[in-house]
Amino acid sequence: MTDAPAPQTFQMDGHDVAFAPGQSIMTAALAAGRYIPHLCFHPEFTAHGSCKVCTVKVNGQPHASCTTPARAGDVIESDTDELTQLRLNLVQFLFTEGNHFCPSCEKSGGCTLQGVAYELGMTTEHFSPLFPDRPVDASHPDVLLDFNRCILCELCIRASAIHDQKHVFALSGRGITKHLIVNAESGRLADTALALSDKAMTVCPVGVILRKRQGFAVPIGQRPYDRQPISAVATAHPDPEDGHE
Amino acid sequence: MSERAREPATVPRRKLRVATASLAGCFGCHMSLLDIDERLVDLLELIELDASPLTDKKRCGPCDLGLIEGGLCNAENVHTLRAMRANCKILVAVGACALNGGLPAQRNHIDVRDCLQTAYLSGPGVERGFIPNDPELPLPLAQVHPLHDVVKIDYFLAGCPPSAEAIWQFLTDLIAGRTPVTTHGLIRYD
Repeated sequence: MTDAPAPQTFQMDGHDVAFAPGQSIMTAALAAGRYIPHLCFHPEFTAHGSCKVCTVKVNGQPHASCTTPARAGDVIESDTDELTQLRLNLVQFLFTEGNHFCPSCEKSGGCTLQGVAYELGMTTEHFSPLFPDRPVDASHPDVLLDFNRCILCELCIRASAIHDQKHVFALSGRGITKHLIVNAESGRLADTALALSDKAMTVCPVGVILRKRQGFAVPIGQRPYDRQPISAVATAHPDPEDGHE
Repeated sequence: MSERAREPATVPRRKLRVATASLAGCFGCHMSLLDIDERLVDLLELIELDASPLTDKKRCGPCDLGLIEGGLCNAENVHTLRAMRANCKILVAVGACALNGGLPAQRNHIDVRDCLQTAYLSGPGVERGFIPNDPELPLPLAQVHPLHDVVKIDYFLAGCPPSAEAIWQFLTDLIAGRTPVTTHGLIRYD
């Protein structure tokens, strides 16, 4: 019988953060109650580091914290003016590339994009909005797809493929024309295998995948990010991404 | 020299001149300003209103501060905004419509002609309709724009509308010469 090895640590913003083998900087930091803003990361799915909002500096070099393994002795900067500005610009790009009208969105108050923007102190979208034309898909009897709000995080794609084994969602196109599609010859959600019980129904961080007839169920003032900032919610619960209550 | 002698002579503080405008908005942000309730009395000790829907003065003179609600949906909105920018030292975009076009911008992917034809000619319940064409009416823009698409905006006050609390905090900070604080709960996009 051997003694358990002393936990390994890295330093983040001047604090020691312990980690277990296999943890990323993100998972170790969240477990230690240290929030790193993020959008495409979800603790239940393999990280793919696409949104870059969780960028930190590891020994001076920028890395996506959700895909970078924690390493003993690394010095990590996260809560700095420079990185906040970088994250803010990324979030502002997302706001202006889609149609994000919070006052009329069912997900408002429980939306990760909105919560991260609050956290970063975003008072303006800064860039000129593109106002893309993205018709909604209301074909499914129980589910509405509002593509206007999609931020291409691929969480629904990962959930449907890995958890639900259905492959209902995918991305198509490249660059600014990249968009979410559904797996049906007709292109309509009603002709896919999506069911209300699917994991893919619960992971959308924004207001794209919505249960019909359930909008605005939680009154303003009682929604997840009305009560406390996303940094507090994300470090208090293992699954902060699910704004549905 | 005594401490007292070094103090500057007390000069009555000049009231700040403030203009407000409601462009393509619903007047909800102005209503939220009025929702600061009895603090309006304190505010009027510090400011005097220039052009504003509240004073009904139409043309903006030189001002310290301009508060603009609503986005830009027609040519007159753009003229008003430019006049405000030319006259106000500090210009503030107030509310969702001023910040990103808001509800009026939901028409942005629809052709203006189709929009007008549906509203005034072919829409449900329309009888003997015609598209208003009085020369007094400002021409609609092809798309609704946020204010920062056209002029420099110094501060942004988010919300639909921003709460009375957020407006009060913002104004008192600005009037006192502090950078307006934006703590959790005061920034809201809805």
